[in-house]
Amino acid sequence: MTLAAVLEPWLAGPRAAELLFPLLAVPVLAALLAPLLGARGARLLALGSLLLGLALALAAAAALLAAGAPLTYALGGWAAPLGVELALDGPAALMLVLTAAVLVLVGLHAAGEFRVGAAGRRVTLAFWTLLLGVWAGLNGLYLGRDLFNLYVAIEVLTFSAVPLVCLKGGAAQLEAAFRYLLFALLGSALYLLGAGLMLGLHGTLDIGQIAAALAGGGADGSATGAVRSGSLAAVVLMSTGLLAKTALMPLHLWLPPAHGGAPAPASAVLSALVVKGSFFLLFRLWLDLVPDPGALHIGLVLGTLGAFAILLGNLMALMQARLKLLVAYSTLAQLGYLFLLFPLAAGPGGGPAATAALLQVVSHALAKAALFLLAGRVQVAFGHDRLAELGGFGRALPMTLVVIVLAGLALAGLPPSGGYLVKSLYGSAAGAEGWGWRLVLDLGGLLSAAYLARILAVAVRPAAGGTAAPHLAERPGGFGLLVPGLLALAALLLGLLPPGWFALLDVGRAEMASAAAVAGAMRGALAAGGFWSSTGPVLTVALAVVLFIAAGQSAWQRRVGALGRGLAGVEGRLREWRVAGALLLAILLAQALAVLT
Amino acid sequence: MTAAELYGLCGAGLVGVGLYGAILGRSALRRLLGFNLMGSGVFLIFGAVARRGGLAGGSASDPVPQALVITGLVVAFAATALAVALLVRLAAVRREAGAARGAALPAGATAAAAHPESDGTGAA
Repeated sequence: MTLAAVLEPWLAGPRAAELLFPLLAVPVLAALLAPLLGARGARLLALGSLLLGLALALAAAAALLAAGAPLTYALGGWAAPLGVELALDGPAALMLVLTAAVLVLVGLHAAGEFRVGAAGRRVTLAFWTLLLGVWAGLNGLYLGRDLFNLYVAIEVLTFSAVPLVCLKGGAAQLEAAFRYLLFALLGSALYLLGAGLMLGLHGTLDIGQIAAALAGGGADGSATGAVRSGSLAAVVLMSTGLLAKTALMPLHLWLPPAHGGAPAPASAVLSALVVKGSFFLLFRLWLDLVPDPGALHIGLVLGTLGAFAILLGNLMALMQARLKLLVAYSTLAQLGYLFLLFPLAAGPGGGPAATAALLQVVSHALAKAALFLLAGRVQVAFGHDRLAELGGFGRALPMTLVVIVLAGLALAGLPPSGGYLVKSLYGSAAGAEGWGWRLVLDLGGLLSAAYLARILAVAVRPAAGGTAAPHLAERPGGFGLLVPGLLALAALLLGLLPPGWFALLDVGRAEMASAAAVAGAMRGALAAGGFWSSTGPVLTVALAVVLFIAAGQSAWQRRVGALGRGLAGVEGRLREWRVAGALLLAILLAQALAVLT
Repeated sequence: MTAAELYGLCGAGLVGVGLYGAILGRSALRRLLGFNLMGSGVFLIFGAVARRGGLAGGSASDPVPQALVITGLVVAFAATALAVALLVRLAAVRREAGAARGAALPAGATAAAAHPESDGTGAA
């Protein structure tokens, strides 16, 4: 019997749903087992189980495509609402594969840095165990359908992510970790309150059953007005909690110090995957649980916050003095793109918006993991990551600079990158009336090009003391470019995948037609006019920024600098604990007004 | 007023007091206690939901929310333990840094440098 024949019942047959169990069990068991094995064992176990997990995720995606309908698996044979059901649809399968792939690549990249000989026993054990914990929490989030189980999964994710921030153990990292934990806990309490109210209203926590009851398809007929308002209030509470955990601006007080201070591989995982976990739950709540969200004004609230994040995040990235903080602020801007989903999915031609949001998750995860790993490489080489003192970096580490530019171009949205697909699909969902959203998308792309150009301008400047090549604290090996290079290329060439592959996203979601949407966007990009209309402005802005910086001290530079300092002062106020707490309550109220009026 | 309503209102009050403490608390520890108070309020609301018997109705109380509260307590306990561990470690690191600075500076200059009681998150 061949291997294909043995695997057939799982990949294309009646046992396909059984794949969901090991997808949750493997990371959970590995995370529990790792501390017992010691540092060396934990490292090998993590790498081995991640490879196994990637194979399982790919198998589940193949099985889902073959089945053409969502897979569900009832643990122990107990059905919802009392039992725990695992379910897999297109978006969840995409997230499973993405998470496993990014974790495998980051794990391979970090295998040299986090081993007993290099990092010590304690840090090695912590890093690999926490990496498995993050994986377990994320897979629980993707597969869960029960609001309380999702709560447990998101807490597992938070408790694993927080210590990753302070692996170095310095005072600044510990402060960042505590701030992250406490703000995330406020979010959890709000989420749990919403889940409790939901249980009281419907007697179940299963997303599908609540959605059916709200849509009027429940056993007791249509939902009454009071039950509907109560349920919407509960969703608003949960949504606010998740916004705090996703660090959507202006609730971002914890993200820059946490992502900027963690070791590079940890930052890569935190930025590429962890913040997307809570976004995925928001996607489920507003698109799957609430019936007809387009009739509410919630899209306007979340979309406005997203647009604010895109503009302010990119501007702040442009002004950062440290490379890692620049990359962290770029994450805040890129998270904003995810939230344009909510206003744009509500419109008449909103189908491509959900595809765009999911592709943004993929594209940003790949490009940002690459950028954080490269920022770590620069930090190792120079002994610091202060942009002002990185002169000559382009001459000393030319290939590193090339890969940074490749990842940056994917973020700026040059065709055929994932970023381009996102902008193009959002643009077609916005249509002619949505010119405001399209303007934000274009401005965001240009600002990304501007901060990329700033890195370039720094890199080609001569080194301090007038020498051509700077003095390096340590010359990193070329092998360390392999993983960032792969990630950056994957982000940059995402649009060249066969359009048929994108049909995976649509399984179980009637409103989406990803394959056709992606094929249409790529046809537009490869037409001569389309290519230049998306590439020309980006290159122009990049050139302008390089010339502006190269021009040196001028009255213009001083004026722009003063404006920047003013903006940075306002942004600093937003990151104060009390201001952020007040903003959390304000966003809660704004959402409540949007859904209840 | 039924018992369930009373519990529900108490829970809502606790959530409010906890939220106030977590946002406006002056020190890191107070904010953490605020979160704990808020959590207790949420658990009390779960208790009220259980007492009402859920939507399934019936006079008997619903065991599901009670089971969920136990899990929620474990999660909140783990969160608090993690947060306190971070604060203890932070205080130790700051003390070490203060002692190292104390060795370098003349006596008397260290009193202002070491603040073991100060706000752990550096916010105003």
